Amino acid sequence: MNRHPVSAGGPRRVGAMVLRYWYLLRSSWPRMLELVYWPAVQMFMWGFLQLYISSNAGFFARAGATFIGAVLLWDILFRGQLGFSISFLEEMWARNMGNLMISPLRPVEFIAALMIMSLIRLAIGMVPVSLLAIAFFGFNLYGLGLALAAFFVNLILTSWAIGILVSGLVLRNGLGAESLAWTFMFLLLPLTCVYYPVAVLPGFMHPLAWALPPTYVFEGMRALLIDQTFRLDLMLEALALNVVLFAATSVSFAALLASARRNGSLMQAGE
Amino acid sequence: MAASPPAIAVDRLVKVYKTTRAVDGIDFTLEPGSITGLLGGNGAGKTTTIAMIIGLVTPTSGSVRVLGAEMPRQRYRVLHRMNFESPYVDMPMRLTVRQNLKVFGTLYAVADLKERIAQLAADLDLVDLLDRPTGKLSAGQKTRVSLAKALLNRPDILLLDEPTASLDPDTADWVRGRLALYRAEHGATVLLASHNMAEVERLCERVIIMKKGRIEDDAPPQTLLVRYGRRTLEEVFLDVARGRAHAQEAAQ
Repeated sequence: MNRHPVSAGGPRRVGAMVLRYWYLLRSSWPRMLELVYWPAVQMFMWGFLQLYISSNAGFFARAGATFIGAVLLWDILFRGQLGFSISFLEEMWARNMGNLMISPLRPVEFIAALMIMSLIRLAIGMVPVSLLAIAFFGFNLYGLGLALAAFFVNLILTSWAIGILVSGLVLRNGLGAESLAWTFMFLLLPLTCVYYPVAVLPGFMHPLAWALPPTYVFEGMRALLIDQTFRLDLMLEALALNVVLFAATSVSFAALLASARRNGSLMQAGE
Repeated sequence: MAASPPAIAVDRLVKVYKTTRAVDGIDFTLEPGSITGLLGGNGAGKTTTIAMIIGLVTPTSGSVRVLGAEMPRQRYRVLHRMNFESPYVDMPMRLTVRQNLKVFGTLYAVADLKERIAQLAADLDLVDLLDRPTGKLSAGQKTRVSLAKALLNRPDILLLDEPTASLDPDTADWVRGRLALYRAEHGATVLLASHNMAEVERLCERVIIMKKGRIEDDAPPQTLLVRYGRRTLEEVFLDVARGRAHAQEAAQ
């Protein structure tokens, strides 16, 4: 006697959530501006620094565009995670999590919507900035071609894995854990060797650095820009590590959600 | 042909938060189409009970079944047939009323969504508010929007946590009227947690009184008035809250 439609519309529910975040984004120009502002500031700062160094040092003149390349790829990693986490935090700030958790929306659909929003927010921020990099410094990110696709896939997978973990922690511990969303990725900044080779790190830190998928991407970028060699082996190793990381953080998210149900965190879904 | 299951069946339900027993072994069954009030003071366990029924909180022991589905384990079998309204859960503030209803309507797979939104807007006096940001509305208007969201999927089971809290008497009365109408038209099962005795007296055919996580009494309002020798539910509530129930019974 169920007069309701069968609840099997996963893609439709994902679409509903993407629509919800899109409505929010377009209703607020500061939110839109924020997506472009900081990546542009970073790109200009590192771009001008690179111009200065490359005119004064032989090695860096050969190193070409590694700084701008690094900053743009770092922004994919950082902004990808932030785009995921901020969309999630919007639900906490709006005290709307209770409404979502009692709706037919599944956690996996919620995460899929957050991943799509991460891509949309990234595109809004990175496309204009990458065009500015061409205009001001002659660095064409898209000129990396297939390598860029490999870099992007690996970085975005890591960013989503971290975003999933942070969201689970916020769900379990409330907005007291919000700062993790803003700061977690900076823990990876020195370890993933964004601006320098792994060889620069002390030996005992090498295993830690190589345990992180982005390290392979940044090493791969330097190999491409300095030695004009595309290191497929590095990309495949990064992908394998990403699969493990993504699975581990997804399992953690499910465990944190179950824990939130046990301790009543979803009822407050706030501080 | 097998008999249809109760709308809600709560069996020896316990919820312990660290050292606090928020719900302490309660049992009740709600038949389809019934409307029941859940009364109790602050900390009596009403909200935790409702949260376990909608699957937001996992019981420590005991069970909750909604339309035959065990909560929260089998919640996706029934969540599309339920809905919930509380002034303590907000709708996204920057979205317009129409946008919010569109998003939730899509989540709940409401087939004729555009028409349903128009119908609810007319029923709940929201037509002029549809394109305004939800955050710019007054408390009464927001309650009507939350109610529209709760009725959007024509739920078979409607759970309400203090639906008229912080509303002026006129708006509160209007909301009660709408709830009674929805229940009458759709045959929905309604569970209403409230501090407002007049509200429970007007709407509910059965009252469950909770205190310190336990059910202190469970009967139709008229039976409670007779049992406690009181004229209003508020007086009954005070008797229960202050532990005078047995004294009253003894006096009778």
